[in-house]
Amino acid sequence: MSDKKEVAISVKNLHKTFKLPHEQHSGLKQLLVSVLNRNRKKGYELQHVLKGLDFDIEEGDFFGIVGRNGSGKSTLLKTLAGIYSPEKGAVQINGTLVPFIELGVGFNPELTGRENVFLNGALLGFSRDEMSAMYDDIVKFAELEKFMDQKLKNYSSGMQVRLAFSIAIRADADILLLDEVLAVGDEAFQRKCVNYFSDLKKNKKTVILVTHDMSSVRKFCNKAILIDKGVVIAQGDPNEVADSYSKQFIANNQTSIKKKHRFGTGEVIYDNMQYDLSDDIFKLEFDIINKTDQAYSDVTMGFDFCVNDEIVIGNDTRFIGKYKNGLKLDAHQRKHLVVKFKNDFGKHQFTLNANITTGLGMNVTDYMRSALQFDSNNVRYADAWKVLSHPEIIEVEEGR
Amino acid sequence: MKLSNIMSRQNRILLRELVVTDFKLRYQGSVLGYVWSLLKPLMLFAIMFVVFVHFLRFGAGVPHFAVSLLLGIILWSFFTESTTQGMQAIVGRGDLIRKINFPKYIIVISGTISALINLVLNLIVVFVFMLFDGVHFTWSLLLFPVTLFVIYSFSLGIAFFLAAAYVKYRDISHLWEVFLQGLFYATPIIYPLQMVVSIGGQFAAQLLMLSPIAVLFQLARAQVVGHEHTITADQLFSNPIYLALPYVIVAGTIVLATVYFRKSQKYFAERV
Repeated sequence: MSDKKEVAISVKNLHKTFKLPHEQHSGLKQLLVSVLNRNRKKGYELQHVLKGLDFDIEEGDFFGIVGRNGSGKSTLLKTLAGIYSPEKGAVQINGTLVPFIELGVGFNPELTGRENVFLNGALLGFSRDEMSAMYDDIVKFAELEKFMDQKLKNYSSGMQVRLAFSIAIRADADILLLDEVLAVGDEAFQRKCVNYFSDLKKNKKTVILVTHDMSSVRKFCNKAILIDKGVVIAQGDPNEVADSYSKQFIANNQTSIKKKHRFGTGEVIYDNMQYDLSDDIFKLEFDIINKTDQAYSDVTMGFDFCVNDEIVIGNDTRFIGKYKNGLKLDAHQRKHLVVKFKNDFGKHQFTLNANITTGLGMNVTDYMRSALQFDSNNVRYADAWKVLSHPEIIEVEEGR
Repeated sequence: MKLSNIMSRQNRILLRELVVTDFKLRYQGSVLGYVWSLLKPLMLFAIMFVVFVHFLRFGAGVPHFAVSLLLGIILWSFFTESTTQGMQAIVGRGDLIRKINFPKYIIVISGTISALINLVLNLIVVFVFMLFDGVHFTWSLLLFPVTLFVIYSFSLGIAFFLAAAYVKYRDISHLWEVFLQGLFYATPIIYPLQMVVSIGGQFAAQLLMLSPIAVLFQLARAQVVGHEHTITADQLFSNPIYLALPYVIVAGTIVLATVYFRKSQKYFAERV
């Protein structure tokens, strides 16, 4: 038996730049304008996301890619998956590759569970016959026997994820790309994921895992890289990489104090913000004041919760049916509001960035960075942001 | 897009699933379901028949004009449906393109195939009409599938071009809509070409018959209702250059569209 392992993925001097248009509209007008204004300011900004990455992944590696939000790791993953094409440099892949940028790609809410299984299966490269053979196992594993003839839109999000995951683990490829798949689902589901990972490791599959969760990196990976601002800043032993990742946050924390400030147009602003945290509810109480002579009908309040100065979860009042189109506020009116969140915040020190916008999010009238700080101590979830993307707002009470 | 794996096993599986999904979603929630794809052109035909044939007397003296009109409407519906659906295919499936890598042309093809299925179903109706109207079958009917194939290829070529352009310039959809409206009137569908010859003269008819769509539609009609009742390009032009021009446009469109699509497809995921 030879010790020399084959290279599964080889990345050489990989660069990727995105053009970010200043205006979101893409159209002929823009084309005309950019043709006429060739010598003037360009209509877009260049964002250099990957700046020359070099690394090899060998067959059978469980390879971790870690980095903060915006470090370029998702772009890297999409480039490895062939979704983006490299601008410079090369990605060479030996073997078949199946990416899981998201579970349940192609799921359509208007189709039944059964139809979605076949559609999703086709995207993973399975024929009808192959899917039919696996169908019972998939349904059983997802524990959805009674629901398969219902439309997907009637499934809870947990059911959808279970179904998607049961299909995903059937994927029979040489290389698997996983992007934070673990970031969804309840504890039972996460346990299933962990078992799946252990199986992959046992079967010597090549797996590339992109994650924020250092414990999975330490537990499963045999190699890892840390990327920041598009370059590899640490690679090799997963424990060392995980340590460097954690150190980034400490370094970042010391500078974060400088950023504490408030901005916005000042038309509608917050006043007297307070919070109260109980076992079940995180209650936020505040006034909003309209400082202008004009009445608004589309005021939205947004709440972003940060850990170590990075927004991890957030929600805003537009997601509540009653405030879908915003909240009304007369000229110079002061309104007292109570917003109750379900306390699924896990065990963290949070800071809250609170904002008010008009025009349904278009115009920021008040933005308070670190409006308040609180320590949540809910042991139901250890890491809230891996479970939630939106902390659920239970109700909003309007006073005066 | 290597030619060898254009229709590889995996691509066939995917194409089939996408077409089946489209098919299921299209008429979901409607009572008559797929019957609508038969009813729609028939209703359209009924309106046009009453307005243009019955009242305005278009096609008076042209035998089997009703069948010609129906066939024209059905072919036109196919052309608009396949190009419009093909155009929106890439943008419409943006969620897939951003998350998984697979041959993009599959989506465009799947968009045109559901239009093709509709066309085939509708042609059954045309066939029934032919029987009722007492159209004599001729051997040239055997060439009809070839004409259909050329029409399909042309539509697919246009769909490829539009799909790629639409990712970058969303105005294309409005532009195409207007263009189609213009082309509809510039194509002998609701009026017979004989009428153009008798009112506008030979030159006007020749001008119309430079458009590949007009040429192909007239050819299809001639093959179905008989050459003696339909003016085809070869009756208008003696110069082979003019006869070949529409086909050169068809071939050129397909080639250029394919090149353009191949060139731009690697940026679809970023732009869509």
